[in-house]
Amino acid sequence: MAALTVARRELAGYFATPVAYVFIVIFLMMAGALTFTIGGFFQRGQADLGPFFTFVPWLFLFLVPALTMRLWAEERRLGTIELLLTLPLPQWQAVVGKFLAAWAFCAIALALTFPLVLTVNFLGKPDNGVILAGYAGCLLVAGAYLSVGAAMSAMTKNQVIAFVLAVAVCFVFAAAGSPVVTEFLSKRIPMLAEVARGLSVTERFNNFTRGVIALRDVVFFASFMGFFLFANAVVIDHRKAD
Amino acid sequence: MAALIEIERLSKRFGAFTAVDDVSFTVDRGEVVGFLGPNGAGKSTTMKMLAGFVTPSAGTARICGKDVVEDPVAAKRSLGYLPEGAPTYPEMTVTAFLGFVARIRGYRGAEAADRVAHAMGLTQLEGVRLQPIETLSKGFKRRVGLAQALLHDPPVLVLDEPTDGLDPNQKHEVRELIRRMAPEKAIVISTHILEEVGAVCTRAIIIARGRVLADSTPAALEAPGRTLEQVFRDLTMAREAA
Repeated sequence: MAALTVARRELAGYFATPVAYVFIVIFLMMAGALTFTIGGFFQRGQADLGPFFTFVPWLFLFLVPALTMRLWAEERRLGTIELLLTLPLPQWQAVVGKFLAAWAFCAIALALTFPLVLTVNFLGKPDNGVILAGYAGCLLVAGAYLSVGAAMSAMTKNQVIAFVLAVAVCFVFAAAGSPVVTEFLSKRIPMLAEVARGLSVTERFNNFTRGVIALRDVVFFASFMGFFLFANAVVIDHRKAD
Repeated sequence: MAALIEIERLSKRFGAFTAVDDVSFTVDRGEVVGFLGPNGAGKSTTMKMLAGFVTPSAGTARICGKDVVEDPVAAKRSLGYLPEGAPTYPEMTVTAFLGFVARIRGYRGAEAADRVAHAMGLTQLEGVRLQPIETLSKGFKRRVGLAQALLHDPPVLVLDEPTDGLDPNQKHEVRELIRRMAPEKAIVISTHILEEVGAVCTRAIIIARGRVLADSTPAALEAPGRTLEQVFRDLTMAREAA
């Protein structure tokens, strides 16, 4: 499938530039540092990766848009979008291919946090099922943010604008379920409070960190990504030559 | 048999500005059409529409009978397209880039390698095959773009300024290449170099302000004891004064 060819080229592109290494090193350093300091990994006296999973979505909030900002913006700047979209592949496959590459990259970054899993298994007897569910949740959050970031990148040729827009939109979905937002809404517009909680990426993710992989949460993430990938394809189709 | 390229009443408007205004022509196998016009005349926009990158405001374009809007993937399979400025992915090596294009075009394994080798042979790229494209000179970059367009031996070639940035020897080689391929293909090239039209084209179309002003053989245009340059100036300057 052409989407996989696009994904392969894109993934190789990450590693051909320092982007990949900077991203991975910063992600690992921050994830580790936050888990052991603010997260109180040792002080908690619990054999789980709770603190790690608390911070990963917030790290992704800034790091994932940094990964996606170039996806389409760079193609526009270099003019290669004209090359890519005049090759015989359906446009949606180019959209999906780029998304898959970025997602695979996030999976690699997450996989490299394996020393944490080893550590917690060495020190105690954690429930590895819960840890696995937490990782699945992390991957889905990454996918959700990636789909937002890719769609924002499609709208502009300026990478900084793509980054800022992506962080802003991702933040809305990350904060939607937080007490600050829901309490504010339930006092004024109670109907919206439920909607906000329903759209919250963090809320859904928390179920995963408790070891619960519910079908409705998986469906939520799948439709979230589907929606933004569709928006991405529509934007590309309408504005490809601008 | 229908012509390989059929353009019927093609128009493109950007807001109030009409970039291409009711352009019609066909190109048969064995023809090399030189597309001439001042900057901003609509040459590139017409070519972008033919390549399926810009969506026409009105009219149709067909490649080998396939409508570029209705059946874009099939149309693009029969087309080799060199976009304006020959965009390529700078971080990729020549071999990796051409391999990517070959895979998107559906070639696998040994066949893909053969196609890449053949395209590099045609454009004399063997010497730089493992170099990242960003390290190449302008002439080499242009030839990488050309190799990408020729890779699948398409029946239709649309080349936007194929000799721009090449030195006189390289220009000569590209013209020779076009002449050699001409009998089996329908080729459209855009150029600013009028002597090029006499050298390789069987037909010249002069376009200004989005309209076709002349469509004839270079010899016929020059017939009444005028050079092509005089004809070009008369047609396009008069148009601009009007």
